[in-house]
Amino acid sequence: MSTDTATKKRDEFDVEILDTVGQPLLKDQAEVKMAARGCDVFYADHQAIFGVDLDIGKNEIIAMIGPSGCGKSTFLRALNRMNDTIDICKVTGDLTLDGQDIYAKDQDPVLLRARVGMVFQKPNPFPKSIYDNVAYGARLHGLVTNKSELDDLVEASLTKAGLFKEVKDSLLKPGTGLSGGQQQRLCIARTIAVDPEVILMDEPTSALDPIATAIIEELMDELRHNYTIAIVTHSMQQAARISQRTAYFHLGKLVEVNATNTVFTNPEHKLTENYITGRFG
Amino acid sequence: MNKSTQIVEAGLKKRYAREKRFRMFGLISILISLAFLVVLLTDIISKGYPAFQQTYIKVDVTIDSKTLGLTADSTEDELYTASYSRIIRDSLRAKFPEVTDRKQRRALTNLVSKSAAYDIRDKVIANPSILDTTASYWFLAKDDVDVFMKGNIDRDLPEDDRRVKDYQLGWIDQLVAENRLEKRFNTVLFTEADSREPEQAGIRGALMGSLFTMLITMFLAVPIGVASATYLEEFAPQNNKWVDMIEININNLAAVPSIVFGLLGLAVYINFFGVPRSTPLIGGLVLALMTLPTIIIASRAAIKAVPPSMREAALGLGASKVQTVFQHVLPTAMPGILTGTIIGMAQALGETAPLLMIGMIAFVSDVPQGILDPSTVMPVQIYLWSDSPERAFTERTSAAIMVLLAFLITMNLIAIMLRKRFEQRW
Ligand SMILES: Nc1ncnc2c1ncn2[C@@H]1O[C@H](COP(=O)(O)OP(=O)(O)O)[C@@H](O)[C@H]1O
Ligand SMILES: [Mg+2]
Repeated sequence: MSTDTATKKRDEFDVEILDTVGQPLLKDQAEVKMAARGCDVFYADHQAIFGVDLDIGKNEIIAMIGPSGCGKSTFLRALNRMNDTIDICKVTGDLTLDGQDIYAKDQDPVLLRARVGMVFQKPNPFPKSIYDNVAYGARLHGLVTNKSELDDLVEASLTKAGLFKEVKDSLLKPGTGLSGGQQQRLCIARTIAVDPEVILMDEPTSALDPIATAIIEELMDELRHNYTIAIVTHSMQQAARISQRTAYFHLGKLVEVNATNTVFTNPEHKLTENYITGRFG
Repeated sequence: MNKSTQIVEAGLKKRYAREKRFRMFGLISILISLAFLVVLLTDIISKGYPAFQQTYIKVDVTIDSKTLGLTADSTEDELYTASYSRIIRDSLRAKFPEVTDRKQRRALTNLVSKSAAYDIRDKVIANPSILDTTASYWFLAKDDVDVFMKGNIDRDLPEDDRRVKDYQLGWIDQLVAENRLEKRFNTVLFTEADSREPEQAGIRGALMGSLFTMLITMFLAVPIGVASATYLEEFAPQNNKWVDMIEININNLAAVPSIVFGLLGLAVYINFFGVPRSTPLIGGLVLALMTLPTIIIASRAAIKAVPPSMREAALGLGASKVQTVFQHVLPTAMPGILTGTIIGMAQALGETAPLLMIGMIAFVSDVPQGILDPSTVMPVQIYLWSDSPERAFTERTSAAIMVLLAFLITMNLIAIMLRKRFEQRW
């Protein structure tokens, strides 16, 4: 596509984003697990996220959608301070977990990441056994005191991730030898084993086939009862299937947040409509 | 068939031909290098293997206390300082009483190595009751005898062109006929340090020197190198002027001629810090300097090759940066780090030039017992021997090369085994 047509297309569809439309903030603030207020994220001089206000409710799955490069991953990674590992990345504004500022000076990022777990786009099990993969976090944080407790924890986590039946006879085999879908569930089990309160997922199924994807979507629906889940996805169908609320990002701005139903059937913002009808992105 | 299929088909033959040519080139270059390797090894082995045998000579010795000036109650000091070479001389004269010519008599004494006198001395000190007894003893034969026994002196040459004269040939033939000359495994080569006398010269001194030097090099260069690489890759601020400068300097250091490190060692370690020269300590310090850039560069490459997803996984679970590095990044990078270490250490093991600057070329006739004893190292020993005119040193030169290669192979095998163990962690 030449620059000309790109510009034209933008002119045609780009509607000015003033304020986020819909319901980015929850009415019942007691239901809020994590919240962002005026969140900006910069990579050196380049601003990737512009003044995002958003509440993430307890035990809900919130889906974040939007065209490639609009800042979904950047925002998600701000929620567990994974951005700290990038030297040039700066996050400003208020981000809270249970009302506490997660960027406060006395907030330890290590502790935060134990409370806000993350599952990545590409399954990334450690080159260790399945058992050691799941046990890693618990050992790291000293969550268990003896071997049998650890065994129980590993089994429970694998069971919650829907993987135990498949791997119970091969716990000592390498996690990297599993299929892609199994690896991703192993990563979910590994995250659950640390007993986080929030799980962030960055396109967790984009590297998987439809059957593996379906299994993980089912799993997320179960996990919702115990955890708060924020998922970035490029699949609108997936967002529609699994989430209660959907947030649409565009060029670093949060355009619209609404109940998933509303977003997909009756979007308020022109940009959202363009995106979900496949005219953009 | 459409047009592009036709074009593809037309080009296919050429493509395959090119691939085949490329494979041929590869094969040929491997064959050429193999041929060179075979030639080299054959040459070294064929020259060196005789050095693993040494000729011994059996002499009936009467340990006459009068000749030695000893009595039954001589002190140990007296036993030690007595002139045992006279005994050996007398025993040889007794064996060949017909020899009266002065020059020939001296040649007669020279059938046996000078070490024979020390052998007898040690036996007497260990057991003084053998004084005034007669018995047969095996001694090291002099290098000329050894060279002749190994067939390296042609008896058909005119006498003037020969190191071993006719009368000496006669003695040797007689001794052989009486089974008094025997080739045995050359233990001296592995138990003694260097000597002016070829038959008494061994590589143990240089071998221990190399071992101590390598240990110092390893204990300095590996931890410092890996730590520097880890810091530069994982912790140093990115896009920082200072870090960039350090990086450039390290890369440049890898290309500095090794003799410069010797000069540096001389100026800094010896002249400034007063580290004793000619010791494995100073050798190890200098070689560590030389090896560091290699280890740092290889380790950095290995650390860089660890997929970022692994770091994210660990950090995402709440591992700290240091835990992530030590529990995941370094173990994963370990095979690559070990490869770099092998290359660096192999370089250091074969290095001569910088060691010449710090006095490790000295003639050392004692086996070093520690890192502060004067010593030399294998490559320097090889250089020293290759420079000696005696025929017996030629074969020892090749034998020393063989031992050096064996040392190198052992070192590499250990590293490869370690690497295998790390790789088994998937
Ligand atoms: N590590 C980084 N360094 C610099 N810029 C980055 C980095 N990661 C992302 N960006 C920029 O931030 C913007 C948002 O990226 P990202 O959050 O990955 O988008 P998304 O996940 O929605 O596709 C993009 O313009 C991208 O170029
Ligand atoms: Mg992304």
